[in-house]
Amino acid sequence: MTGDGGLHIRSLRVVIGRDAGTTILHGIDLDVPRGQVTGLAGESGSGKTITGMSVMGLLPTTARASGQILFEGTDLLTLSARQLNAYRGARIAMVFQDPTASLHPMLSIGGQLTDHYRSHTGASKREAKDRAVEMLTKVQVPEPEIALHKYPHQFSGGQLQRVAIAGALMCGPSVLIADEPTTALDVTVQAELLRLLRGLCDDLGLAVLLITHDLGVMSSLADRIAVMKDGRIVELGDRYQVITAPQDPYTRSLIDALPAADGASAGGRCADGADAARLPGSEGSV
Amino acid sequence: MAQDTSTTTATAPGGGGHPLARYLVVRAGITVLLLFGVTLTTFILTNLIPADPVQAVLGEQAAANPEIVAAYRERAGLDDPLPVQYFTYLSNVLQGDLGTSQQTRQPVADELGRAAPATIELALAAIVVSAVLGIGLGLWAALKRRTIIDQVIRLVSTVGISIPLFWLALVVYYVFFFQLGIFPGSGRLSPTLTPPPDVTGLYTVDSLLAGDLPAFWDALSHLVLPASVLGLYTVGLLTRFARSAVLEILDQDYVRAARAKGLPARTVVTRYVLRGSLVPIITVLGMAFGSLLSGTVLVEIIFSWNGIGQYSYAAATRLDLPAIMGVGLVVGMVYIGLNFIVDLLYGLIDPRVRVS
Ligand SMILES: Nc1ncnc2c1ncn2[C@@H]1O[C@H](COP(=O)(O)OP(=O)(O)OP(=O)(O)O)[C@@H](O)[C@H]1O
Ligand SMILES: [Mg+2]
Repeated sequence: MTGDGGLHIRSLRVVIGRDAGTTILHGIDLDVPRGQVTGLAGESGSGKTITGMSVMGLLPTTARASGQILFEGTDLLTLSARQLNAYRGARIAMVFQDPTASLHPMLSIGGQLTDHYRSHTGASKREAKDRAVEMLTKVQVPEPEIALHKYPHQFSGGQLQRVAIAGALMCGPSVLIADEPTTALDVTVQAELLRLLRGLCDDLGLAVLLITHDLGVMSSLADRIAVMKDGRIVELGDRYQVITAPQDPYTRSLIDALPAADGASAGGRCADGADAARLPGSEGSV
Repeated sequence: MAQDTSTTTATAPGGGGHPLARYLVVRAGITVLLLFGVTLTTFILTNLIPADPVQAVLGEQAAANPEIVAAYRERAGLDDPLPVQYFTYLSNVLQGDLGTSQQTRQPVADELGRAAPATIELALAAIVVSAVLGIGLGLWAALKRRTIIDQVIRLVSTVGISIPLFWLALVVYYVFFFQLGIFPGSGRLSPTLTPPPDVTGLYTVDSLLAGDLPAFWDALSHLVLPASVLGLYTVGLLTRFARSAVLEILDQDYVRAARAKGLPARTVVTRYVLRGSLVPIITVLGMAFGSLLSGTVLVEIIFSWNGIGQYSYAAATRLDLPAIMGVGLVVGMVYIGLNFIVDLLYGLIDPRVRVS
């Protein structure tokens, strides 16, 4: 189970602050298997981002994490920053919320797509460039050759998030963590981007951890949904089950708060596999 | 890209030439206008000085003789209307003629040309060393935020900023030259040595070019005290600004993203963090260089460094008008050149600047 290329979080506890500190995560258990989108939902401050950051080794300096984060038989929490660098960006990649902030405004797209690829694989400039063009094509950025020479401010938010996803895919990761990847974007491009993510997950067999506070997005995109509250996972199950028959009263209240159609029918419509990529944004909520 | 309206919307409008080239042409045009303004300003300021240059030039006795005075005013063009005087001045300047010093009867341009390399060598040494030190210390303090290293660096930078230049110059001169005798305290070269053949006018560079190592070490040791005194304030200032600039960048999403890409820590710092903080650092560096230049007057006097600073002091105290105008022009040009270089660096560093 742990050598399958997926991510397995066991009893993850995170404490932030000096001395006793504040406990942010109270022992999280979560599997992120390959070929599936695992949704992590929950209100603001529930610990979704901290969970993702624990995997990437990007917790604040005052944070202490315990438990296990297993990937290909290795517990990532036991690795030094230098050892972790062999995994992050290469085997486990991340896409952030706001692409205009997560890409360096003064470095060219080409530079930012290839620097980690070259440092991970030792590829030549030429090879890295070819790979970048391939990835930009995959995420449907128009004129990839030209895009490489541009800078972030020359793109729209939606295009830029595609660029960021291309960067994450450069080294052929098996795990992709996306922390609110569409929240900073126009409603009109959100659906497109989520569909892209779903497609990549299916094509490349990625293990996707999709963090969002939007249960609507979850209900149409994720295979399995975990709901967090105050640093605990209060609900975990496949999409259909979580949306139609939530076990936890907190999940119930989130579903009831969903706009437009009621949760049961949204879940029902998306339940069959063929419709998995359909999204709320494309169903008349715009 | 223009035909694909549904996708990219924020592409830079217009076109026509490389954006960096266009940016440079605009900045160069502005610079020429500014230079023109400097000649005008120098001219007006000099004419606002209430003191009578005639007396300063001719001495009291001759100035008491109205015939001599009239002849002098005639020859110097002092009775022409101001606009005429200005255009005479401007056309002379454009031909490289800055007039004749009233004190030495030498062409001002020649005298400035002889004094300039000394000041350039001093100022460059001070700014290069303090830029490296200041940015390095600021970066180090930021990366070691809230540790003892950070505290010590901050203390040192505060001291550097607070010490008055004249006091520092005197103390350094007294302690390191007069008492300890570690470094020479006056001039650019020991009197026993002959200056290296003139190529750049910078003794350290020229002696290296000539392969004259003893002269190089001697010139370098003469630089140490005045350049340190001149640069200390800049080190303090740059350390502070670099520290806060780097701290701000360390919090940016793109630094976190760079770490998430698994780049080595050193690459993250040099490529992502330093690059991001370079714009505010260069702004401060340009300003610091300006204040450093004004410090050369005092430092050159104390350390008997015969550069522009000393020359301008002598010109001012003797009311040598052509010399004063010459110095004013050169200083103005240097500041404008400095601004141009800073603008140019902005354009090189930050692609967003080129568009506007
Ligand atoms: N650097 C930090 N120092 C101290 N506490 C932090 C830090 N970062 C996050 N926290 C705390 O950890 C908790 C979880 O934060 P987290 O960012 O994971 O929430 P989230 O679920 O991602 O919320 P959102 O939907 O707003 O992004 C919050 O209570 C927050 O205050
Ligand atoms: Mg978050």
